[in-house]
Amino acid sequence: MNIDHEYRTDISSGWNRKHILGLQDLSRDELNIILNQAAEFKRLAAIGETKLTPLAGTVVANLFFEPSTRTRISFGLAAKRLSADTVDFSASGSSLSKGESFIDTAKTIEAMGVSYVVVRHKTPGAPQLLAQHLDANILNAGDGTHEHPTQALLDIFTIREHFGKIEGLTVTLVGDILHSRVARSNIWGLKKLGAHVIVCGPTTLIPSEIEQLGVEVSNSLDDVLPRTDCLNLLRIQFERQRGHYFPSIREYAHLFGMNKQRINKAKENVLILAPGPINRGVEITPDVADGPHSIILGQVSNGLIIRMACLYLLHLQRTASLGIPG
Amino acid sequence: MKSILIKNGRIIDPSQNLDQLGNLFIENGKVSGLCDATVTADEIIDATGLIVCPGFIDLHVSLCEPGFEEDETIESGTAAALAGGVTSLGCLPNTSPVVDDRSSAEFILLQAERAANCHVYPLGAITKNQEGKELAEIGQLVAGKAVGFTDADRPIDDAQIMRCALEYTRMFDRPILNRPQVAELTDKGQMHEGFYSTVLGLKGIPAAAEEIMVNRDIALAELTRGRIHLMCISTQNSVSQIRRAKTAGIHVTADVTPHHLTLTDQMLETYDPNFKVLPPLRTQEHIDALIEGLKDGTIDAICSDHTPHAAEKKTDEILGADFGIIGLETLLPVCLQSLITPGHLTWSELISKLTTGPAKILGLAKGTLADGADADVTLINPDIRYILEPSRLKSSSHNTPFLGKELQGRAELVIVSGEIRFRAEN
Repeated sequence: MNIDHEYRTDISSGWNRKHILGLQDLSRDELNIILNQAAEFKRLAAIGETKLTPLAGTVVANLFFEPSTRTRISFGLAAKRLSADTVDFSASGSSLSKGESFIDTAKTIEAMGVSYVVVRHKTPGAPQLLAQHLDANILNAGDGTHEHPTQALLDIFTIREHFGKIEGLTVTLVGDILHSRVARSNIWGLKKLGAHVIVCGPTTLIPSEIEQLGVEVSNSLDDVLPRTDCLNLLRIQFERQRGHYFPSIREYAHLFGMNKQRINKAKENVLILAPGPINRGVEITPDVADGPHSIILGQVSNGLIIRMACLYLLHLQRTASLGIPG
Repeated sequence: MKSILIKNGRIIDPSQNLDQLGNLFIENGKVSGLCDATVTADEIIDATGLIVCPGFIDLHVSLCEPGFEEDETIESGTAAALAGGVTSLGCLPNTSPVVDDRSSAEFILLQAERAANCHVYPLGAITKNQEGKELAEIGQLVAGKAVGFTDADRPIDDAQIMRCALEYTRMFDRPILNRPQVAELTDKGQMHEGFYSTVLGLKGIPAAAEEIMVNRDIALAELTRGRIHLMCISTQNSVSQIRRAKTAGIHVTADVTPHHLTLTDQMLETYDPNFKVLPPLRTQEHIDALIEGLKDGTIDAICSDHTPHAAEKKTDEILGADFGIIGLETLLPVCLQSLITPGHLTWSELISKLTTGPAKILGLAKGTLADGADADVTLINPDIRYILEPSRLKSSSHNTPFLGKELQGRAELVIVSGEIRFRAEN
């Protein structure tokens, strides 16, 4: 058991990035390091090594300036699995309501000895801003409609696990591309790893000039379904509906919802992902969500190991930069 | 009052089609023509290597007083104007209280007189409290010396109000200045809608948001025979529409800012709120069209659209940050960089956009070095290079993306009404 615990260190060699702000910045090699490191943690978990110690004595701050349940719990547990101490911050009831600035709040928390800051914020670019002002390593847990790198990494990890590769696969992102940070991060990551990416949704929810990112744009799920290896069903945000982006949920479900009839038109081994929380009966019918093609809960458990991998790699960078032997 | 002789300068005065080496004599606050270098004067200024031109006129500037003195005051703002070579400016009514009555306009003039920097011309609000609902007391504002009418950063949404404003101001022969931007397409927008807004996840403001209102305002100017001035034009199609309207004889004029001629939406990649302006920074194709518009006279003037924001009020997060940047002190160098260096405009053409162009829009007897004109003169050093340090700025606010950047060209010496009011420090 101790031998297995001495996890492989060759996987992480070549990693020297201080922050994970988005997949736009990461190279193909860096993406593979994260995915491989996550696979290593998954292997260890499978043999019962769930509590590891590399971050013992360090502090991870989870700064959630925007509500989140699943991502926050996942990051908190990932840090604990690596034996870090954690401090949690959420915007409600904080000094933000007393007018303290975002940067001042983050600096105050950093001054408590925090080395790693996980941040979620409604403003795109907020993690970049923290990276400029703090000494800590920053990990983006979702910034507005910009990026959500760990969600995309866990999607990609799940796809790679299922197909054994990313190169050459056709991945279709379905739904509200315009407001989706998950879509943006997935596009950057999947393109770098050699997938063909299709974005599919109502014309009103496809952002301008997205073709320039090298993706195919479609407005018909039925057209692209037969060529799709993996479908990623983005959540429709009901709160956006006052924007008149589409006439009704019913019509959306009719045009872009994944149901039994559509499964029959899809490839036999099509994989269905959903970053959730899912609206059953809208993006996906319950029979499909709970059916054999869906791997929605598998995504959640992969989220934990992806976040462990990210924190661990940032820790390696930090100790290396401080000259502390790993 | 001292007489001044400016010797050996390159005198450029577009109002007289003048671009020649010479000596300019100033006496009793007025220009008294070209003269020999041997004429005696109380003060002699050697302008060798400098351009001598009429002082610049900045069409619309936020001076923030009264109400927002933490951002700027009339004193600090007019000092910044002088440092930028500006001797006359139109002062926007977006203060608290709003300049929507005669006494407010007179307060601006009083403070400007106390500051004794440059000439300040109040712009009155079109509607009461800039609310876009009822016309302000335009006739009273004219009596208080308002030279034009605008709701500043707030476009006039209601076409009927705009129609009435254009018709009503016709009685006083004053222009309406509008910032064309359709609210529904601008709501929550942060930057130009295009590739970069998609990548950055920031809500876009399409070019159409501006173009729709440009179209409406031109139609209303034609209907009413009023004078419409479109502020801060930023798109290709706006330029084409204005060009067509001018050809058709409609009373429409337009200005552009220096930053819309140099910076693109790509700059937002840093998420630096100093690139967040309204209208948003657009793409190179739009910039090219704006430069064409300047060349062929479609765009009449260049304006700093100086918009100070105090550091403590500014949030670093882009969503919460206010729109707008300061511009008085970078007006000249940024124009030089975007228009003169690449050869788009001659010095004479550029100076006309900063003098005769805006003077004509606001109906000011300014922007000329003709005999007998008010001696508002700017001496430009076109070659000097320097880093824009915060300590150099006279404005109370430092919200500009040019801070720390190397710039070329500055106002070396500025004369207002025959008095030397500014000399550049080294």
